[in-house]
Amino acid sequence: MTTTANMSAKQQPSQVYFFGTCLIDLFYPEAGLSAIELLEREGIQVHYPQAQTCCGQPAFNSGYNDEAIAVAAKQIELLSDPIPVIVPSASCAAMMKHHYPTLFENHPMSSKANELASRVYELTEFLVRVLDISLTDKGTPVKIAMHTSCSARREMAVTEDGFSLIRQLKNVSIVEPERASECCGFGGTFAIKQPEISAAMAEDKCQAIHNTGASKMISGDCGCLMNLNGVMEKTNRGIKGEHLASFIIDRTRT
Amino acid sequence: MNNHFREQAIDALADPQLRDNFRGAMDFLRAKRQSAFTDTEALKQLRALGHKIKANTLARLPDLLEQLEQNCLQNGIQVHWAETPEQACEVIHNIISAQNGQLAVKGKSMVSEEVGLNHYLEKRGIESLESDMGEYIVQLANETPSHIIMPAIHKSKEQIAHLFEDKIEGVDYTDNVDELIGTGRQILREKFSQADVGISGVNFAVAETGTLCLVENEGNGRMCTTVPSTHIAITGIEKVVATLDDIPPLLSLLTRSATGQNISTYFNMISSPRKTGEKDGPQSVHLVLLDNGRSRMYQDENLQQTLRCIRCGACMNHCPVYSRIGGHAYGTVYPGPIGQVVMPQIDGLDKQGEMTEGCSLNGACGEVCPVEIPLPNLIRKLREQKSAKPDGHALTPGAGSQRKPKEAFAWSLWQTLYGQPWLYRFVTKMATRLRHASPRAIGGWTRYRTAPKPAPKSLHELMSQRAEANQTDGASK
Ligand code: SF4
Repeated sequence: MTTTANMSAKQQPSQVYFFGTCLIDLFYPEAGLSAIELLEREGIQVHYPQAQTCCGQPAFNSGYNDEAIAVAAKQIELLSDPIPVIVPSASCAAMMKHHYPTLFENHPMSSKANELASRVYELTEFLVRVLDISLTDKGTPVKIAMHTSCSARREMAVTEDGFSLIRQLKNVSIVEPERASECCGFGGTFAIKQPEISAAMAEDKCQAIHNTGASKMISGDCGCLMNLNGVMEKTNRGIKGEHLASFIIDRTRT
Repeated sequence: MNNHFREQAIDALADPQLRDNFRGAMDFLRAKRQSAFTDTEALKQLRALGHKIKANTLARLPDLLEQLEQNCLQNGIQVHWAETPEQACEVIHNIISAQNGQLAVKGKSMVSEEVGLNHYLEKRGIESLESDMGEYIVQLANETPSHIIMPAIHKSKEQIAHLFEDKIEGVDYTDNVDELIGTGRQILREKFSQADVGISGVNFAVAETGTLCLVENEGNGRMCTTVPSTHIAITGIEKVVATLDDIPPLLSLLTRSATGQNISTYFNMISSPRKTGEKDGPQSVHLVLLDNGRSRMYQDENLQQTLRCIRCGACMNHCPVYSRIGGHAYGTVYPGPIGQVVMPQIDGLDKQGEMTEGCSLNGACGEVCPVEIPLPNLIRKLREQKSAKPDGHALTPGAGSQRKPKEAFAWSLWQTLYGQPWLYRFVTKMATRLRHASPRAIGGWTRYRTAPKPAPKSLHELMSQRAEANQTDGASK
């Protein structure tokens, strides 16, 4: 089992922060609840600061750094205790872990930003590498298509963690769609600013998922889910995407 | 020049033949690259080395350029400096007209495209014929390259067959690739012997020895640099490397990233004009070193990374946007991710800022770049500069020129909403309560997707309910 350098399965933290992300908050709260349940089931006390809003990524990716800093600074302040921060979305986790340090370079809060960054974990990364959790499948046989986000793949390098969790579910068979590593076309404001290109990308991705013959699509990122579910629904493809945490909770609940 | 990236992209998306051509070609090139780098650990080390070599080179760029000039001169290669495209064209034109040249044959060179050399020479009565097969096809079609390594990749063999049939006298339609190439070759062979001047690019210019290195597959580059009596090489100043030892790793990264080849068919090292007693080679060799904004990029510690590029094209091959719209949609000399980084810095953000929006920041380009250029970060940086407040200190020309009041206002609203938790909670609560009244059409989004509907209750709300129910302080802090 892989463990991160500074935290092994033996030194389990007893408390964590949960950063829900703005998309989950408004559109997929059940994914957030499921993730929290997964953590609590492992005996971890989960803190959910009510003052959290958004990691600041939309503004940052659009080149509006001042606005991104203003919002990010609030999150840094309210996640100040030295405990892990768990983020159920690789792109928001990557924002906090990899982009806060550059965003806050030469800023008075620079050291706080770096300190926070060092405590940020993507959900599956934390479940697998820190908690080393084991899952018992209670569901009926199902074939799912895994969609891994670009941030999970490249910025956070946690693709394998998602897979290893699902592989523990003995009645679930995983199929990977063709060109799995290619972007689904969401890219936050990219989908709004370049709707045509984005749609072409999303459409290809949905077709590839459809071609797998899977009855469900699972992803750890709600941005991708929102994008792909929107296309699936519009084109009546009959496949629905679900957040990995919800999927796992549903199949492992007693 | 353009600034119509989105419109051009829409046109490209509507062309099924074009989309097929690109999709097929990019899938092929991705697979080729992957099969050339099977050992991921070795690739990691090699990329790190490539990064280091280029970074070290850049750190000493002014010195190395001086050393290159000295050694070239010593070898008998004449060196010319050009700050602008016009200067570069003028220098080349002067060299050609000094010997009453009429015909130039050209090897592949993106820098010559960058300065618009063919056009410049043709306007002055000098024929400048492309001799790389892809470039030749593109020139015949009166188009520009759509890829920096494979200029005619946007065309199918049937399209090329029609082009040859239409444009070349006495050629009948055939989509047999060997025959097509044979036709092109025959025409070019003749031209090589008639040409007064050969023009080429440079892949690496070695400072310690004054050697110009040229990577190619067709042999036309060697013809251009040996048959005509004059050889003119043109390159950007960033192509200098310190020593010959730097070449093997960079070359290995270049050919494998570009086409999946372990080594190219030809690797030319030019270190002087023809010496007495030698049977071939040009009487004179010229090197034109082009700046065109590069020394400005050099001054910004982030954007300077742009200059590490060895022009392998891997970033375009892996870009999901480029794969779908092709190179012409960018309307620029360099397309794709590196184009999005380099063009706004050359032409200015006012002219080319829009193309930075053609990116979902998925990171595939940065992942494959053999010299580890953080392309997504640089694209983001340029987005920042293009809409920067007027008091910004950005060096890039046109910084702040695309700050749109409406957009800036939207982001300040965003900041207000997400910067104040009570307001955020109030607004999201309203959104959940009014979820059935949420907009069914949201611009471009709902043209292709259904609109997402807010959940009945937000996670914030669910969590505070839970905290109340549990009567513990553990859930809210
Ligand atoms: S940016 Fe990197 S991947 Fe793209 S052409 Fe340059 S060296 Fe190749």
